[in-house]
Amino acid sequence: MTVETPVRPAYRWIGQKVPRLEDRRLLHGKGRFLEDLEPVPRAWHAAIVRSPHAHARIRSIDVTRAAGMPGVLGVLTGEDVVRMADPFPLTVKIPIRYYPLAVDRVRFVGEPVAVVVAENRYVAEDAAHAVSVEYEPLTPVVDIEAAMAADAPLLHGELGSNIANSRRFDYGDYDAARRRAHRVVRGRFRFPKVSSTPIETYQVLAAYDSQQDEYTVWSNFHGPFTLHPVMAKALRVPLNRLRLLTPPDIGGSYGIKAGVYTYIVLMALAARKFGVPVRWSEDRLEHLMASSSGTDSLIEAEAAVDADGRILGLYLRRMDNVGAYLRPPEPACLFRTHGNTTGPYDIANLRLETVAVMTNKAPTGLNRGYGGPQLCFALERLVDRVARELGLDPADVRRRNLIQPHEMPYRTVSGGLYDSGDYPAALERTLELVGYEQWRWRQRDLRDRGKYVGIGLGLAIEPSGSNMGYVTVAEPAGQRAGRLPKSGCTEPATVAIDPGGGITVRLTSLPQGQGHETAAAQIVAEELGCDPADVTVVTQMDTFTRPWTVSSGSYSSRFAPLTASAVLLAARGLKERLRRLAAHFLDVPAERLIFEDGVFVDKADPGRRISLRRVAGAVHWNPTSLPPGEEPRLEETVFFSMDEAAPPDEADRVDSSVTYGFVSEAVVVEVDVETGAVRILDYVSVHDAGRVLNPLLANGQIYGGALHGLGAALLEELRYGPDGQLLTGTFVDYPCPTAAEAPDIRIEHLESPSPLTPLGAKGLGEGSTMAVPAAIANAVADALAPLGVEVDCLPLTPHRVWDLIHAAAGGDGPAGRPAAGDGGNERRGGDAW
Amino acid sequence: MKPAPFRFSRPEAAEEAVDVLRQHGWEAKVVAGGQSLVPLLNMRLTTPSVLVDINRVRDLDRITTTGGWLEFGALVRQRRLEDDPRVVAGCPLLAEAARWIGHPATRNRGTVVGSIVHADPAAELPLLLVTLGGELVARGPGGMRTIPAEELYLTMLTTSLAPDELAVAVRFPLMAPGTLYAFEEFAHRHGDFALVAVAVVLRPGADGRLAEARIGIGGAAEVPYRAREAEGALLASDAVDKAIDEAARLAAEQAQPPDDVHASREYRRHLVRVLTRRALYKALAGVSQDV
Repeated sequence: MTVETPVRPAYRWIGQKVPRLEDRRLLHGKGRFLEDLEPVPRAWHAAIVRSPHAHARIRSIDVTRAAGMPGVLGVLTGEDVVRMADPFPLTVKIPIRYYPLAVDRVRFVGEPVAVVVAENRYVAEDAAHAVSVEYEPLTPVVDIEAAMAADAPLLHGELGSNIANSRRFDYGDYDAARRRAHRVVRGRFRFPKVSSTPIETYQVLAAYDSQQDEYTVWSNFHGPFTLHPVMAKALRVPLNRLRLLTPPDIGGSYGIKAGVYTYIVLMALAARKFGVPVRWSEDRLEHLMASSSGTDSLIEAEAAVDADGRILGLYLRRMDNVGAYLRPPEPACLFRTHGNTTGPYDIANLRLETVAVMTNKAPTGLNRGYGGPQLCFALERLVDRVARELGLDPADVRRRNLIQPHEMPYRTVSGGLYDSGDYPAALERTLELVGYEQWRWRQRDLRDRGKYVGIGLGLAIEPSGSNMGYVTVAEPAGQRAGRLPKSGCTEPATVAIDPGGGITVRLTSLPQGQGHETAAAQIVAEELGCDPADVTVVTQMDTFTRPWTVSSGSYSSRFAPLTASAVLLAARGLKERLRRLAAHFLDVPAERLIFEDGVFVDKADPGRRISLRRVAGAVHWNPTSLPPGEEPRLEETVFFSMDEAAPPDEADRVDSSVTYGFVSEAVVVEVDVETGAVRILDYVSVHDAGRVLNPLLANGQIYGGALHGLGAALLEELRYGPDGQLLTGTFVDYPCPTAAEAPDIRIEHLESPSPLTPLGAKGLGEGSTMAVPAAIANAVADALAPLGVEVDCLPLTPHRVWDLIHAAAGGDGPAGRPAAGDGGNERRGGDAW
Repeated sequence: MKPAPFRFSRPEAAEEAVDVLRQHGWEAKVVAGGQSLVPLLNMRLTTPSVLVDINRVRDLDRITTTGGWLEFGALVRQRRLEDDPRVVAGCPLLAEAARWIGHPATRNRGTVVGSIVHADPAAELPLLLVTLGGELVARGPGGMRTIPAEELYLTMLTTSLAPDELAVAVRFPLMAPGTLYAFEEFAHRHGDFALVAVAVVLRPGADGRLAEARIGIGGAAEVPYRAREAEGALLASDAVDKAIDEAARLAAEQAQPPDDVHASREYRRHLVRVLTRRALYKALAGVSQDV
């Protein structure tokens, strides 16, 4: 749907810093999370027996002792699962069988092997320890390149390799661009496996009705509901026999909780086997070990540039480690950014190769930024290398390559349609805010005094509102032709007015703290002339009673472009109905009515007026007073989608997201070259996400996104030993930034409204997660340039920075040896490629 | 993350607690603040059959100054180190280092003695005990005894406290007026276990020489230790600031740091050198500020 954008109207609520309506209950500890609720009585509790091996054959499982313990109902094993369920249908057709519980073989540490159901969690865990599993260990493989080697141990023998999916895309003529180039600049970049570690872990409460063969599951699953058919298929029921519900509050996710769906199926099977409701609450050890994470990624990159640093052609080979199974929606990680692979730059020739590699690590999935941080790290490091190799300023190289505002809307070679933006203006504003030129001058002075200060830029296209069709480019056009095409980005919203004139909004956007209630209330208040605080917004999902569709849910920053649009159009539709009715009651033409503060007023005779509340009352209480043909309905549901979200074309071009924002960041760091510690001196973040619905919400999102990015940049990595053992299984070993580590971030917004969405808004919660790892890496590389240090991998822990400094100094010191317990996700600066 | 079954004992007198310990020996664990023990229980890394909660034991929550010692009862929370006037005046290094111990929330619960006897080689309090030369006061079936710091730590997470002994207090010697001190720690985040921590105590003597030098190193061996050779180099020098680099080198040389997921042995050893040097400079800078 394309809606023409009005000239910026004077909004009363939209764009204002309306305080979060959610905060009162959350800050008073009155949030209602699944753990707080008892939607069915007498639920039993599950504990999961998990694999201690990265790769092993299961010889036998003996549950006798566990099942005989007092308070234990029984134990579910792979045998039960195979009997009651089918493997999950995968995103691409490959011969691997993925069940929610290991069958015959385990492929990562923490893979579920058995489920104990008992009267409480303590007993369940005692019994879980009493389940005896005999394993025959197999050789594990954890590293991307090792898994791709011809002689690598195979995770799934039927597949014949560990490559779950690979594709090559040619747009324009990369080879010609390369021949024409003044220079070809290369890089080889590694991005760590990180998780955004929501404060609430996975929660599931499953019940089974044998009379109806129907499953009812409460969980903190927030979509995408493309996974609902995946669950139903595994459970061998039609979609209308799998009822999914959510509680009023979900405690963070950042995408991670999409992965709870395998446990929804697992607990549904346990509920069926034992004929009781089964509750499972994931603990933090389980969460870090086996929930979900982003991919670790190896990206080989090449830029063919002219003498001025203009990028004539770009080559990227993206290798993503999806862990032990290609868990849907993977390999979407490689394609979520498909339409914006070339970033904010005007690049006519692109060769992109994508490889999804399976290893004996935990499976991956949605994680804030999803594919973006990896891409941005490679692209922005590469641009800095172009600058270094050509002796140019990194800001200048960016200036020369940025898409210009007059080129908007801009179609990328890979099919993305950048809807609006003034990228050069955002970059210049960033440079001005951070004092780029002054820092360059100070940097030279500080270097003379032995202080290593660096300035790093990170620019990112921030896609929002995923096109459901994008992941189908994982299969070649010929193969796609045989299947039903996928497209769109539909999100519904309902606005209803009750007999007392009260307004209720019902969403299936499933927020986990983002403030959807506040933003939706602002939009409705704007349209229907009330105070946002008077609007009730319901965000609970129930697939049996709520309007929803496969693309419903919270992911890909789709609230602002899609849900907000649906809310606006539903409220507007309702208002038009009310206007017609008001005109009827006042006996004036509808065009003569203006709507002010909840009252319809006759322009020609302001004494003639009727309140929205009065009209609403008449619809409910006195429908015979309505004009003929007018339905007595004060509820409007709009399903909003956009035609731009079309299926991929024959040439594999796809507009993978419906809106594209822009993020421009600059970071100034000081590196302590003795310890390797990186200190952030300044951090400037300029965003253009079209119209900002609420700056308080927006800045909160940006701050959180930035901290997730800083975690990947400086601290976090889910590290595995060569034996496939997870080395970072607690928050002692997996350090996330806390308030103490949070730098001040200076945030600014530029607003280039999207011409495609009725409010002109785009998503903005993920851009800094994408941009800041690159900006930090560029800043550290810049700081250490006099020492000859290049930065190709993250996180830049003090230890790694110290290693890089020593490696650049020519192996003086311990840099020649790998870091302790390293799983191979480690390359040092001298890496020749 | 649920503990294995255990029995729970909550004595109200130290004698009673010792009696429970005597009955159950290694099978019993004492809990006070629980900041280390409870996570270990929940992860089933330890599975005692009896938990002895001493939070109701009388008279263990006192800070006292006696005979040149500053004594902390077994229920004194770490948080009190930060601003108790007796600590600030009598043993300012403790107050200075306290802010490195975990976070305010954990310091509100965690006890001084608990951390001392937990014997984590990267924890601050054991390092301070060794550096300052304090002692533990233990009560066993046969009565009370004191264990000097250098005899307390056997290896990581292991002390010479007997299974039937209850640590009832810890004592730190009062620092003489004019003593210089500094604390340096390097961790990935503030409040994390130190990769390396260094505590320094210097007492200036005549002629620019030092009368006393103590350098304690944490995180760099199975137990916190004094860098004796480095101390010797400082004491031998007639110009302390010229001996700092040499002392730092010696301290690093003596280190036997672990090689683990957090840091390599080489990096930790390097940090010992850097932090020792920084701590010594910082301590000496204190004197010039005082003057």
